[in-house]
Amino acid sequence: MNFWNDPLKVAADWLTGIFTSWGMNAVFAHVLVAFLGVLILITILMVIDVFLVWIERKVVARFQDRLGPNRVGPFGLIQPFADIIKLLIKEDTTPDGADKVVYNIAPLLSMMSVLILWAVVPLAPVMIGVDLNAGVLFIIAAGAIGTLSIIMAGWSSNNKFSVIGAFRQVAVMVSFEIPMLAMLLIPTIFSGSMGMNAIIQSQNIWFVFLSPLAALIFLIAAIAELGRAPFDLAEGESELVSGYNIEYSGMKFGMFYAGELLHAFTYGGFWAILFFGGYRFFGLEKVSPFLAIAIIVIKALVGYWVIMWVKYTMMRIRIDQMLAFNWKFLTPVAFVLVMVTALMNALLSGADSWLYVTGMILSNIIVAWVSLEIVRSVSKKEREKVEGLKPVVEAHH
Amino acid sequence: MTGEQIFFLLVGLVTLGAALMVVTSRDLVHAALWLVATLFGVAVIYTLLNAGFIAVVQVVVYIGAIAILFIFAVMLTRRTLRDTGASVNKNWWAGAVVAVATFAGLTFLLQSWSGFSKTAAVIPSGFDAISQLGDALTSPAGYVLPFEVASVLLMAALVGAVYLAFNKK
Repeated sequence: MNFWNDPLKVAADWLTGIFTSWGMNAVFAHVLVAFLGVLILITILMVIDVFLVWIERKVVARFQDRLGPNRVGPFGLIQPFADIIKLLIKEDTTPDGADKVVYNIAPLLSMMSVLILWAVVPLAPVMIGVDLNAGVLFIIAAGAIGTLSIIMAGWSSNNKFSVIGAFRQVAVMVSFEIPMLAMLLIPTIFSGSMGMNAIIQSQNIWFVFLSPLAALIFLIAAIAELGRAPFDLAEGESELVSGYNIEYSGMKFGMFYAGELLHAFTYGGFWAILFFGGYRFFGLEKVSPFLAIAIIVIKALVGYWVIMWVKYTMMRIRIDQMLAFNWKFLTPVAFVLVMVTALMNALLSGADSWLYVTGMILSNIIVAWVSLEIVRSVSKKEREKVEGLKPVVEAHH
Repeated sequence: MTGEQIFFLLVGLVTLGAALMVVTSRDLVHAALWLVATLFGVAVIYTLLNAGFIAVVQVVVYIGAIAILFIFAVMLTRRTLRDTGASVNKNWWAGAVVAVATFAGLTFLLQSWSGFSKTAAVIPSGFDAISQLGDALTSPAGYVLPFEVASVLLMAALVGAVYLAFNKK
């Protein structure tokens, strides 16, 4: 086993050897090496995060027919560093009457809830923080900490706009957690495991081809969980100024902002892992772990691009529309889809793979079609109710 | 003392301290946040017991749903979130006696149990705890009946809550 096949293990063994040759306790050296590994992963993520700011600004500029940052460095690549320097030297304000401890912990928790997700992201077959046997549930658990950070930020700022923003954001996150959890069960049904590596390994056919509806619902729930448009009513610049992070300045605001971008990138990665084969791409991942990392990063960036595409083309929806959409449409469809998929999986478990794929896609199409028909008939009734008032309006003319 | 024992003692102390802060802190939102810390400490203890799945479920259910709803309810119902007045009444010593007696009784009972002084068996590498749990919950020889009864009870609670909140026109 050489460096090019399993770089992490080789590097860790080498470092542990050095530390123990210094007379360090073997257990302590092991813990120290693991700690260094975490530190390096987080550092790389933060550097990627810096460039995500640049990518986001360039992409939104293209969507809005502008050029984006183009003054500092080639293609404006140094712009994010200038922004970071600006954020660091800005005055660090704490509002009067703020709950200082909670106010200062909230941005840290927000960033932490994103970084902790990378503990279960498999970068290559041999590169994964922990291959937790409850890996997919871990996403929801980390999301719970994110929810907590937002409610802490909103409440401790002592500002009514930030509290309203936090309420809205938490309402979105708590309700969209449910269809997301249901959609996480679909790769679990297909692969028979909740571990991330096992889910990727069983994707000889990408799960998006087995259950396109699940991939779509997961993307919608992920966008809502991120609080991005069309679900950005927690920020709602036109009503709430900036939502839960209104009182934060300097790098504390930067933590929320960078956390949001990295969160979007991470969910792009999870979308790729759960439905688009993760680091697998026509056997290329077996050539070298470094190629596998490149594949998963490219897939995550594609997912991130889709999330940006939705953000910059959709308009914000109201909170009642958002909640009705989730509880009356998305959640029932998600539950029905889980039940149908589990049933079809049990029926077709011994069948040929082409029959399995056809059956799964057909059941997906039927679930989508029936749910859309129900929604259409309900909305037709609603419209008739409203249109029944029309003659009264016309009588005034 | 092994590293694991030191870690367990530290986590236990932090969890107990946070639990104490839940009942003593004046600010209700602070109390709820300390409750989150307590529940998180319990999740860490589950992890130390090699029950990763239960630990994750603990965070999802207790922190992600229950604690968040607590904070929501506290923030929505009261204008001032501060509690004034004495935090203990004149029966505090009786409560303390009952608590200490319960702890002593439980310790006494556990000491007479044969598993009390045993060290935990090493879990074999291929052991899949989630599959075992799933099989136990759904097989007729296992716990399928209690599991279904609990599900029906939760469903009834859900329907009851919707019925109470439903605005009859």
